[in-house]
Amino acid sequence: MRQHLENGSKSASSIKFALMKVDEQLIDKLAKLSRLEFKDADKEAILKDMERMIAFVDQLEELDTEGVEPLIHVSEEVNVYRPDEVTEELTQEQALKNAPKHDSFYFKVPKVVENPDDK
Amino acid sequence: MKNYHSLSEIQKAISDGETTLPAVVEGYIQNISNSKSLNIFLETFEGESLERAKEIQTKISEGNASSLAGAVIAIKDNLCYTGHKVGAASQILNGFESLYSATAIKRLLEEDAIIIGRVNCDEFAMGGSNENSSFGSVLNPLNPEYVPGGSSGGSAAAVASNCCLVALGSDTGGSIRQPASFCGVVGVKPTYGRVSRHGLIAFASSFDQIGPLAHNVEDASKVLEVISGKDDMDTTSSSVAVDKYATFDGGTGKKKIGYIHECITNEALDSDVKAKHLELIDKLKVQGHTVEAVNLEELKYLVPTYYVLTTAEASSNLSRYDGIHYGYRSGEATDIESTYTKSRTEGFGDEVKRRIILGTFVLSSGYYDAYYSKAQKVRRIIKEKTEKLFEEYDFLMSPTTPSCAFKLGANTGDPIKMYLEDIFTVHANLAGTPAVSLPLFKHSAHQLPFGVQFMSAPFEEKALLGFAHNLMNTPSLKD
Repeated sequence: MRQHLENGSKSASSIKFALMKVDEQLIDKLAKLSRLEFKDADKEAILKDMERMIAFVDQLEELDTEGVEPLIHVSEEVNVYRPDEVTEELTQEQALKNAPKHDSFYFKVPKVVENPDDK
Repeated sequence: MKNYHSLSEIQKAISDGETTLPAVVEGYIQNISNSKSLNIFLETFEGESLERAKEIQTKISEGNASSLAGAVIAIKDNLCYTGHKVGAASQILNGFESLYSATAIKRLLEEDAIIIGRVNCDEFAMGGSNENSSFGSVLNPLNPEYVPGGSSGGSAAAVASNCCLVALGSDTGGSIRQPASFCGVVGVKPTYGRVSRHGLIAFASSFDQIGPLAHNVEDASKVLEVISGKDDMDTTSSSVAVDKYATFDGGTGKKKIGYIHECITNEALDSDVKAKHLELIDKLKVQGHTVEAVNLEELKYLVPTYYVLTTAEASSNLSRYDGIHYGYRSGEATDIESTYTKSRTEGFGDEVKRRIILGTFVLSSGYYDAYYSKAQKVRRIIKEKTEKLFEEYDFLMSPTTPSCAFKLGANTGDPIKMYLEDIFTVHANLAGTPAVSLPLFKHSAHQLPFGVQFMSAPFEEKALLGFAHNLMNTPSLKD
């Protein structure tokens, strides 16, 4: 384990870190992927925060992880099965109950057939 | 009314005829009302708690009450309870009412506990001061100029102000232990998988665990024993048998304890916190325990690893808030995109958005390997190193937090500074091990409490809690 630290910093992906630049374009892209909107002052703030946060997590590059398998599951449980049986956990009425807009059968949303780009 | 500080005290007072369970519940309701200015409770379930108290009182009188009869419990606002509101202290879940109960809640009710209300927390459990709640900050009951810690700040404050006997919180990176330390109560984060996460509003699914906050180890152990165990509704819940945590048999032997050198020499560590921690190490040695320094060279990488992984998981988990199926929809939603974007932008608070953006970044094409996959590898290194340490040591110890509670607003300008609050606690979540914070100390300068943290190997809760119980009941170890 100790050599992970001592062998230090060089791996193929380290170049990526050096080039990592947080700019408005990146924020716009991430905002779009996250379905969030940042305007004016908010955008400046999130840009500054992201710069700091990415610089903070960039420290990980100092650790050599060559040959280490990513840890995906913490749980030791394997092959957790259940019988393939249909159960009604929620009624339709219950499922619709917390929706901001609904009728007796459906969730209601604004009209979706128009492409907003065509307006 | 008289304030009670343990379940056995309440049960004895009821069986001796000194009081009744409805009277006990009324006392808590009175305390809740008296501490309104601390902004702890989002909702009190008054009428139904009193109703249930009467029913359980009858069972007690007839001699057929269950193990938690007398326990009055507050729940964090990210735990589902059928027919009750729950919102993770977020506007995006405005008006949401649970359709089912969390397995932990169901198990408490089956053992005759009373759920007295739901308490404030950081929005989606993201925060270390309870200043990120969309319902306002919780104030520390010991000094209202200070934060109670977070994210389970309401849970810790509720216990500390005698508004309940025990509270449930959730711990993703220290969210039970850090507020427990700041409010002077006991906090337990169980092994990952020990308690079902079914009905816990997800933040980071491979880290989140539900756990108790209490006045003492005994009550925390009794509650943990009830809520632990396999659950068909959570495939990550463990099938390892649940021990009898609260019998405390076998907790008295001499233990081998490693104290983490890098924690003690950390530059963020307050000098009084350090001095008292070193004193405790000496006292433990005097008691006959072996206490040795161990190294965790990776300490400075724990919080960055934690932030990469938890924000990634959060960005995925929180994509379910779409303004369509439940919760808040923006009034400006005119088409499908604006329904998503406007609802999420208006419904989530700043810290939640920050974490979604960072999580989206570390998962995005081109950066996944350099950040997300990298952090998963570091997590394995940390987990394996921790397992190795537990081959040699019964427990690992460190201060729970680098300092005591800070003043409201002191850290809000700098997210990184706030993140480093968790520097000693994230270890247990990364490695999946259990950990407790014990309120053994008071700071010399302002008399605010702070805790010591002990970790054990996974599923060694019985040994950990037994040891913790002994420490708490050894007067010479207290500050």
